[in-house]
Amino acid sequence: MATDDSTADIERLIELMARLPGLGPRSARRAVLHLIKKRQLQLLPLAEALHRVGTTARECLNCGNIGTGDVCGICASEKRATGELCVVEDVADLWAMERAGVFKGRYHVLGGTLSALDAVGPEELRIPQLIDRVAAESITEVILALGATIDGQTTAHYIADRLQDVKVTSLAQGVPVGGELDYLDDGTITAALKARRSL
Amino acid sequence: MSGLFLSRLTLSHFRSHKRAVVESDARPVAIYGPNGAGKTNLLEAVSLLTPGRGLRRAAAEDFVRRPESLGWKVTANLHSLGHIHEVETFAEAGGARQVRIDDKAATQIALGQIGRVLWLVPAMDRLWIEGADGRRRFLDRAALSFEPRHAESSVTYEKAMRERNRLLKDMVRDPHWYGALEQQMAEAGAQVLANRRLAVEMLMSAQTEAATAFPMADLSLSHPDTELPDTEDGLRDALADNRRSDLAAGRTLIGPHRTDLDAVFRAKGVAARDCSTGEQKALLISLILANARALEQMIGMPPILLLDEVAAHLDEGRRATLYDEICALGAQAWMTGTGAELFAELGDRAQYLEVTDDAGTSSVTMKEAP
Repeated sequence: MATDDSTADIERLIELMARLPGLGPRSARRAVLHLIKKRQLQLLPLAEALHRVGTTARECLNCGNIGTGDVCGICASEKRATGELCVVEDVADLWAMERAGVFKGRYHVLGGTLSALDAVGPEELRIPQLIDRVAAESITEVILALGATIDGQTTAHYIADRLQDVKVTSLAQGVPVGGELDYLDDGTITAALKARRSL
Repeated sequence: MSGLFLSRLTLSHFRSHKRAVVESDARPVAIYGPNGAGKTNLLEAVSLLTPGRGLRRAAAEDFVRRPESLGWKVTANLHSLGHIHEVETFAEAGGARQVRIDDKAATQIALGQIGRVLWLVPAMDRLWIEGADGRRRFLDRAALSFEPRHAESSVTYEKAMRERNRLLKDMVRDPHWYGALEQQMAEAGAQVLANRRLAVEMLMSAQTEAATAFPMADLSLSHPDTELPDTEDGLRDALADNRRSDLAAGRTLIGPHRTDLDAVFRAKGVAARDCSTGEQKALLISLILANARALEQMIGMPPILLLDEVAAHLDEGRRATLYDEICALGAQAWMTGTGAELFAELGDRAQYLEVTDDAGTSSVTMKEAP
């Protein structure tokens, strides 16, 4: 697209859109063009929603989830005070758990995993807050839902070691629901075999 | 023949080769030409059909042909137990090495599952007298050939150890953090040690059972200063107990990363490092052949062997013996030498390639037996 002063704002919008995950310059141009063509139906409502979220979104002071108040809806709900606390790396993981709709307890978002090489220690990860919460909220079980990476597992071991007085569990690793063994890598099959159970 | 061999190898913008195509059968491949013509580059390309950085331990950007710097690509038709796999490994300019197997993106570790490649290069001539790093790498390559998942365990161990070393260097005192990393190191480390022990056992028994003219080496694993526990629990406890000295040193002083491979020339009862240069080389050849025989027993096919400048250091009799043993094993050995006469004893049991250099560009030509 040829640029001049009259199109500079649009070019700026395309540049910003292209920085979003999953979008590149070509798809950003297509999206911006689409929004401009649907100004009333999509562009203006999107702009308004972006503005509102931009001014109101914040981290829940209790769990690290993202909401528009000091305390998120899950932490505010008495129904979610089941005594179970699910620890996740990121808000995206919390949303994934919520989409499944099975877990009825509360969450704690760490904001990453331990990494000495990247200078990410327990203090940077809301781990002290987790330890405080376990005592303050009468938690009976902490469920670690962390990635099966080296850093994820180091973080899991670390938390389990710090929480000696409460039951600590982790999500199972193995065959995905609807999955076929033939398509699994060796590591997953090994993990699944180790975690086998009686029927 | 249903073993492991390449029937086609293509190099594109790889080091001195602008484009090279080699069509081969399962027989050994004898490569000759003057120094600097690009013979070892062919071997290096084959070594990239396994996980790791190849026989020169180079980075992906080092393989790029200059001055074009377009990136590079090596493709091969790999015959493995009756299946033919199309294997590609390549890097875009400035990018990381990528792997495709049968037109699908794959990991480097997957390469270890379909093929096995072992090598002997002149840089390894001083293996027995230099630092333990080289011997560990030699042993790890043997372990990887027997257990392809050895690479995963090694990577996990190294990563967790780097994290722990950072804590030590920064004088972090959090015992829980150390404990979490030591747990990871112990799990992966115990596996690494088990794989290495398996490799030593396999090499020892393959030497004992073989009818070979090359000398036998008694192998053992050692660890500096202290006896290293080999169970996960023992390793974890040892790392925890050693934190104080590790903090003082600023790095991890015990663990599989300090293991050494010791070898004794059995016939003389002399440590390999005290043997003559020729004897040390003969021991290495013996171990490579033992590794190949053990693999043949274990998976039903000998590995592809890459023997760089191996003929130059052997007298005529030893050379003939080596060739006889390779042919008896049925391994596709890619061997280099400066002249065709070095391969005369092979006759038509091998196929021949001449590599020449024309103003910095290598050229590969198929030749008749000398």
